[in-house]
Amino acid sequence: MGLAHLTVGTSPLDGVGYRLSSQSLQFYIHNYVLGLEGKWATLETKPVTTNKVEQTAVRNTNSLLKRMYKNRVSYFFLMPKLLFFFLFMVVPIVWAFILSFQEFNIMGSTWVGFDNYITAFQSNVFKISLWNTFLYTIVTVPAFVITALVIASLVQPLGKLSQSFFRAAFYLPTVTSMVIIAMVWRWMYNYRFGIFNHIIGWFGIEPVNWLGQSDSALPALMIMSILIPPGAGIIIYLAAMNDIDQSLYEAAKIDGANALQRWLKITIPMLKPTTLYLVILSTIGSFQVFTQIIMMTGGGPGNATETIVHVIYKTAFRDFKFGLASAQSVILFFIIMVFAIFQYRSLRDHH
Amino acid sequence: MKPKQVNQKVGKLLIYVTLIFMAIVSLLPLYWVFATSLQLPSYQNETMEQPVNYVESTPPKLYPVGVKEYFHQWQKREAAKDAGDASQAAYHDEKMKEVVTKTFEGFVILFERTKIMKWLLNSLYISIVTTVAIVLIDTMSGYVLAKKNFPGKMLIFWSIIATMMIPEQVTLVPTFMMVQKLQLFDTHWALIFPSLALAFGVFLMRQFLLAIPDELIEAAKIDGASEWKIFWTVIVPLAKPAMAVLSIFTFVLMWNSFLWPIIVLNDENLLTLPAGLKTLQDANLASFKLLMTGATVAAIPMIVFFLLFQRYFVKGLSMGGVKQ
Repeated sequence: MGLAHLTVGTSPLDGVGYRLSSQSLQFYIHNYVLGLEGKWATLETKPVTTNKVEQTAVRNTNSLLKRMYKNRVSYFFLMPKLLFFFLFMVVPIVWAFILSFQEFNIMGSTWVGFDNYITAFQSNVFKISLWNTFLYTIVTVPAFVITALVIASLVQPLGKLSQSFFRAAFYLPTVTSMVIIAMVWRWMYNYRFGIFNHIIGWFGIEPVNWLGQSDSALPALMIMSILIPPGAGIIIYLAAMNDIDQSLYEAAKIDGANALQRWLKITIPMLKPTTLYLVILSTIGSFQVFTQIIMMTGGGPGNATETIVHVIYKTAFRDFKFGLASAQSVILFFIIMVFAIFQYRSLRDHH
Repeated sequence: MKPKQVNQKVGKLLIYVTLIFMAIVSLLPLYWVFATSLQLPSYQNETMEQPVNYVESTPPKLYPVGVKEYFHQWQKREAAKDAGDASQAAYHDEKMKEVVTKTFEGFVILFERTKIMKWLLNSLYISIVTTVAIVLIDTMSGYVLAKKNFPGKMLIFWSIIATMMIPEQVTLVPTFMMVQKLQLFDTHWALIFPSLALAFGVFLMRQFLLAIPDELIEAAKIDGASEWKIFWTVIVPLAKPAMAVLSIFTFVLMWNSFLWPIIVLNDENLLTLPAGLKTLQDANLASFKLLMTGATVAAIPMIVFFLLFQRYFVKGLSMGGVKQ
């Protein structure tokens, strides 16, 4: 329980001090947490006359080393994070770029210039995987964002209880591992016992060998992605919708706009930043589609469902071509970057 | 009622019907995992000519048949008892027992013949250790990045943030080589250490701690508290909401992670649940019922976890910056 000298609302370094016990500091924290804007609890504050605070003179600490030494505690606090960050993030990223210009084998590594990149772009499988991943993204991202927007718009006007019920119902499937979801969908697509062939049977359609045919395998994966509810998207949209100023809607109501017009003219424009965020996020996510592939099709039949990440995985950990796999992953990185920047610009400039 | 009011009532009803339909569609696969894990495999009663496997029946059975069959046999048993036919009653009693055993046999086989208990414990251990470590080191670094000034601060912060843009596949191969160099291949550390490099937590903690008034820290300093003590007595209590969000997202991320574990783990005894489920499916020995039983075991902890901490999930997502 030390003594402190403080005046309300000013820096502790000047003027009259108050004795402040740790107890009242606790009380302040308590108030702060409760959201009562910080007023010092003057539980036992007595004015102290002289007893000045030791002035920490602001010396000219010009030298960098001196400043660093003064802040040694901060560096100490950062150390554990920086250690792991350096070992498992900075080094691997730099190394990935270096590796992509190398041929890696048992003997060691040799520099091969752009050979890996040329090999990657000449390889049929890689080109097919680029195309498949691109198609998958083009189809699933708009579906993700639109579904999220529609469901959130329907849920938002409901009462608190209904809101949290539907929020839970739509988010629940996304907290379970994709591995589980993929396992059950593989069964749902089963030719003989699957529920899908059963359902289309009601409409008199012949059973389809969903995952076993090259022309229906990728669409089947897209359908799966569309039917898995966009839980995160719904929650993010709902939060954004609840932030929209209600007076806008009231003004529109007075002007005689109906519900649909209000939605088109107010809700959607106001949600633009959220939409942009979700589009970029889900694009990055769908370019990395992998778990469904390895659990459901293994990239087959043929190369019909080969995706970029699955090719990288096979190149690295089945063929042990680390250089080539690194080049492929660098290509993936640039594709994602280009897409993200392009989306950011095009959606931002619409204002 | 005025026509306008009727219109509104009908509109509300339509919204509810649409939403409930969508919710059913979204929950159906999960429901089917559970239903199949309790489905009757080959079973024959007095009315059947040959055993039926309800797990692989066409059309698929949408509910565990055992429930209905149990009730049916119970009715028959009671009827036999009333008629005084002891042998018949004994037969139906046997059938009832058989239905119960066969309904839950998936779980028995799973825990006896596979390593699922080990996988469950591995998943728990890895998720908990990683979560505790991440929350601690990210709160520490987030605190100084938010509240201190020192040379190189912004450089450190921005380099951490910049890595959020880089897909994990880019670092896949080099991290794998790093893990081999450090002789961590086929250990749990290979899963834990690389996760501690993730940037998201630092960003979250810093954003949250920026809002804490400086006076608090100053006051504690004047009280003579050391930096370490300030961190534990002032910062940590205030940062609890953000720490809760970070814990939950880290835990789910680790529990469900799949790509990395299947790369760095070989030993069957070290696998996590998702990786273990993959080996079950690859082995092709496991029936669909057994696979779905495994999936049930893997899914239930997460579902309970979500229902308990729903509030924080919503909070975390609303803060933004969370991958699905």
